[in-house]
Amino acid sequence: MAVYEQKPTKAAPSSSKGAIHWLRENLFSSPLNVALTLFGVWLLYLIIPPLVQWLYIDATFSGTTREDCAANNGACWVFVNAKMDMFMYGFYPVAERWRINLGLGLFVVFLIALRFILNNKIKFVLFNLYIATASILVIGGVFGLEFVPTEKWGGLMLSIVVAAAGIVLSFPIGIIVALGRQSELPIIRSICITYVEFIRGVPLITILFMSSIILPLFFPEGITFDKLLRALIGIVLFQAAYVAEVIRGGLQSIPKGQYEAADAVGLSYWQKMGLVILPQALKVAIPNLVGVFISLLQDTTLVLIIGLFDLLAMVRITAADSNWLGMETEGYVFVTFVFWFFCYIMSIYSDRLEKRFDTNLK
Amino acid sequence: MEKDSIIEIKNLNKWYGDFHVLKDINLNVKRGEIIVVCGPSGSGKSTLIRCINRLEEFQEGNITVDGIELTHDVKKIKAIREEVAMVFQHFNLFPHLTILDNLTLAPMWVKSKPRKDAEETAMKYLKRVNIAEQANKYPNQLSGGQQQRVAIARGLCKNPKIMLFDEPTSALDPEMVSEVLDVMVELAKEGRTMVCVTHEMGFAKKVADRIIFMDAGQIVEENEPEKFFKNPESDRLRLFLEQILSH
Repeated sequence: MAVYEQKPTKAAPSSSKGAIHWLRENLFSSPLNVALTLFGVWLLYLIIPPLVQWLYIDATFSGTTREDCAANNGACWVFVNAKMDMFMYGFYPVAERWRINLGLGLFVVFLIALRFILNNKIKFVLFNLYIATASILVIGGVFGLEFVPTEKWGGLMLSIVVAAAGIVLSFPIGIIVALGRQSELPIIRSICITYVEFIRGVPLITILFMSSIILPLFFPEGITFDKLLRALIGIVLFQAAYVAEVIRGGLQSIPKGQYEAADAVGLSYWQKMGLVILPQALKVAIPNLVGVFISLLQDTTLVLIIGLFDLLAMVRITAADSNWLGMETEGYVFVTFVFWFFCYIMSIYSDRLEKRFDTNLK
Repeated sequence: MEKDSIIEIKNLNKWYGDFHVLKDINLNVKRGEIIVVCGPSGSGKSTLIRCINRLEEFQEGNITVDGIELTHDVKKIKAIREEVAMVFQHFNLFPHLTILDNLTLAPMWVKSKPRKDAEETAMKYLKRVNIAEQANKYPNQLSGGQQQRVAIARGLCKNPKIMLFDEPTSALDPEMVSEVLDVMVELAKEGRTMVCVTHEMGFAKKVADRIIFMDAGQIVEENEPEKFFKNPESDRLRLFLEQILSH
């Protein structure tokens, strides 16, 4: 038998940390890894210098016409600069564009306000208030604001309206469908399963065509239905199915014990779902939900095939201007950057949400 | 219904598919009685107490809790769940809520109590289980024993007439078992009706009014602790006691 003294805690050996150790572990740990690292460096060498050359070094940034770009081989950012208003607002009347800027500004104010308000009910009211104000600002027709028909909407503003409406509307529908798919009532369950499986079996383009061309055939003559609204209905129905599946994944990760505990303390079905199950399921689903919303933002570019002029469509239109023929490349690079920027912001936001809701803190 | 019984189970039968899990169970629990249910795993003891608050459905027989007969009627199920609290093997605290919110959730939403009242009650019971200082932490920051004490406090918040315990110490590390049992012993002294499924025979000896031994879906023997341990009548109980007490 023996008794041992308590042993002191020692620092980890220095060979297990530091930059050189990191390089050896991650880039040069095996012959294959060495080869891959060298190949990667070579690829970067091929791509980066010409890209930088075209984007910055040889590019033209100032000027007003195509001729200002003639001297340089690189990108002609003058084009993007000259057509910026078209990219942002499409054919929205110039005199009314302040309304869109104000709507966007109010969104920033709304986001900041959210950080200082803790009460969920007030947050919810504020959210609805914002949606109402923004809709009135963009559509007009009341309070002396001129009515702007949706045919004149376009550019980034249209992309954002479609994406935002798609997210805001498909989210609650998705939740209800996800819950319906788990329902114990066979009729509700089969309706939800049929809906999800049908939508997921059809490409978004088909649904857009259906909602913009086939749907009006069912309306009586003389009744027209706004084109954007029809596209939105298609997009929302499409996205809701994907949102529902992502949320169902979250719901399935919740242990049975949570349902039982909620039952045992006496909560009703909707209380159980709203207070116990969904908060946890949505938290699990955040990364995938944001993934769905990011692809929704990108899918908004498809509305161009049914004749709506989103950001991508504006590039085609402006590059068809006889003064700027052949400027698509600059336009598409700009659009790429804009989409990347918004998607990246959504990713960051999703990361922050995950951290904020993480209650597994040690 | 007998005058002083609070739970009355008559000819209860339950099947999982073709598997007969509960066979013709008859059990009366008196007001204030402490019942311990034990038996080998798979004997149906958890299923039995989960029938009492309708976490499990049953096919035949009747259960009457505090004068309310358990049927498919949602209102009756709700009424019974207001009188009956349950503590689970795996605690089942709500991990997205703080300890305090775990306790106030049901009182605020089911009984529409104002937050302040609900929090006062919650703090009272958290003090009772010696864990008031953890009120603002999240369940995953607590040890198993602490979580189970919180779960007991959550049950107490609705001041239930009956507490059901479903193997409350089976998922705990050995050194945490006693802190939970201590709380349960305290509760037993207060005269609340308790039905505990547990393998803690020391606890059974100390507080049980009656011990029920189940095997293969039926009640094999029930007796007061003294006789239960000293003079088991059935061979199956004798074998079971030998197995769990021999080491």
